[in-house]
Amino acid sequence: MAVYSQASQAQVYKATAPMVDAQNVEKTFHRNPVLRGVSMQVRKGEVVAIIGPSGSGKTTFLRCLNHLEKINGGRIYIDGELMGYREQPDGRLVEDSESNIARMRAQIGMVFQRFNLFAHLTALQNVMEAPIQVKHMPRQMAEEQARELLRKVGLEYKADAYPSRLSGGQQQRVAIARALAMDPKLMLFDEATSALDPELVGEVLKVMRQLAEEGMTMVVVTHEMGFAREVADRVIFMDGGYIVEQGSPDQVINHPTQERTQNFLRKVL
Amino acid sequence: MNINRLVIQRGAAMNPIASFLKYFNWHIAVNSLFARLILQGVIITISLAVVSQLAGTLIGLALYFLRRSRFVPFRWLAEAYIWFFRGTPLLVQILFAYNALPYLGLSNPLRNLDIFTQLGFVSIYTDAMLAGLVALSLNEGAYMAEIVRAGIDSIDIGQMEAAKSLGMTYAQGMRRIVLPQAMRVIIPPLGNEFNNMLKTTSLVYVIGVYDLLGAAKAIGDFSFRTLELLVTASIWYLAMTTVWGFVQAYIERKFNAANIDPALREGSWWRRMLGIRGRPAPAPALAGGALFAPGVEPPSIQGDRR
Repeated sequence: MAVYSQASQAQVYKATAPMVDAQNVEKTFHRNPVLRGVSMQVRKGEVVAIIGPSGSGKTTFLRCLNHLEKINGGRIYIDGELMGYREQPDGRLVEDSESNIARMRAQIGMVFQRFNLFAHLTALQNVMEAPIQVKHMPRQMAEEQARELLRKVGLEYKADAYPSRLSGGQQQRVAIARALAMDPKLMLFDEATSALDPELVGEVLKVMRQLAEEGMTMVVVTHEMGFAREVADRVIFMDGGYIVEQGSPDQVINHPTQERTQNFLRKVL
Repeated sequence: MNINRLVIQRGAAMNPIASFLKYFNWHIAVNSLFARLILQGVIITISLAVVSQLAGTLIGLALYFLRRSRFVPFRWLAEAYIWFFRGTPLLVQILFAYNALPYLGLSNPLRNLDIFTQLGFVSIYTDAMLAGLVALSLNEGAYMAEIVRAGIDSIDIGQMEAAKSLGMTYAQGMRRIVLPQAMRVIIPPLGNEFNNMLKTTSLVYVIGVYDLLGAAKAIGDFSFRTLELLVTASIWYLAMTTVWGFVQAYIERKFNAANIDPALREGSWWRRMLGIRGRPAPAPALAGGALFAPGVEPPSIQGDRR
């Protein structure tokens, strides 16, 4: 009976759990602390923008969320599941099996600053690859889905182009379609527009805004204050490996209370 | 009188080419091209080269993963292997393998598989062939390890990260994403290695394999026509490497079908055969222009390879 109630408690937790629950995350690169205890939650359907000066740890934090970086302390739960580690009976964490990590990553889409499209595959093949390899989706189905996603990002006519033949903005939109092909429950954007020429930023932001409107849970590391202000439900300001301030876009961007936030915003706005 | 004799002697000594041509019999060189022992030698040479190159490539790939292993002794093992096989002469390795083979107590699988006699060829020393095969493969593995490493490491780490972020495992990312891209970098030097290998196999003649050189030496030394038979062998070696030059050019064209990075494309096949690395081919005119919307700026390569 006790076992049964425990199980149901776990189920209840999973159903009501936030999409992201980071608890006191610490990360050190060669004794150089980058994250000094970051705690934050992201509710389902919420769009959270993380802003901050370079070196503040925001990109590192995002990469920890899908375990591209190992963490040195704290815990990260994605939709109620511990990410990247297994808890031993004595409470220690050991790294999870590769297949388990891969299974969880498959549910988390990530968009990189430098696109990282697969250079030897066409736009269409880029979008088809993971569903076929990871989900064992039939080829034809994967292709239909890929064409649909390329249409969604406005690049159906570039389906057979290789990444080197696409502009930065087009590459990034293909990268978003590629991530969406896995039907993720969470999307991570790592400065998705920072490597783009200014005139190409808009087309990518448009796709991201559309995603947000469709109810996708998103964590967006960005330098685009306009985007953070208009699209994000919540803005987090990070500096020096800490979360300095968080709240609604209006609070954080228009009426920051912390001096460091004010200094940063004065420089970028 | 004395002066006259001197002149004659000097004349003879001063025209070595004429005296050489007088001795050298082209008919023997050409007619030997299709002698049974020579043809057998060609087959043995090609077999040795192909099998050793394949085995060497696989060893090179295995060494890459040993070198990148998290388990430190594996890394030492790989480094020691490469250090040893690149640091000692191949001829020594061949002799060592030939002399060590009997002590290893391994049964020679080639011995019962004497297809050469069944095909009507003269029987061959399969022990020596196996020793040559082992030495050539192990040696080639050390060199291929460097080529494979350069190829794989040239692929931006972001490719593997993207693969992982989509739920692929390391092995999937390697097989589907990184290795296919690395192949384009690996194949040109791999082709050069095979060209080398076709000729390097001739070293096994010292342990009594009747490969192309072994056969030519055997016939030539027996008939006191060594020079002619060495030319026979050279013609065959040239023929093999020339054909390979064409095959290599074809393979590289196929692998570059995507034209991912025009700067990586090689020059023409004859340039490669002559060993001229050459300027990269100019960027292609916008063939298939229908794909490119007018006014789109030239492709940025920052995304896929830095």
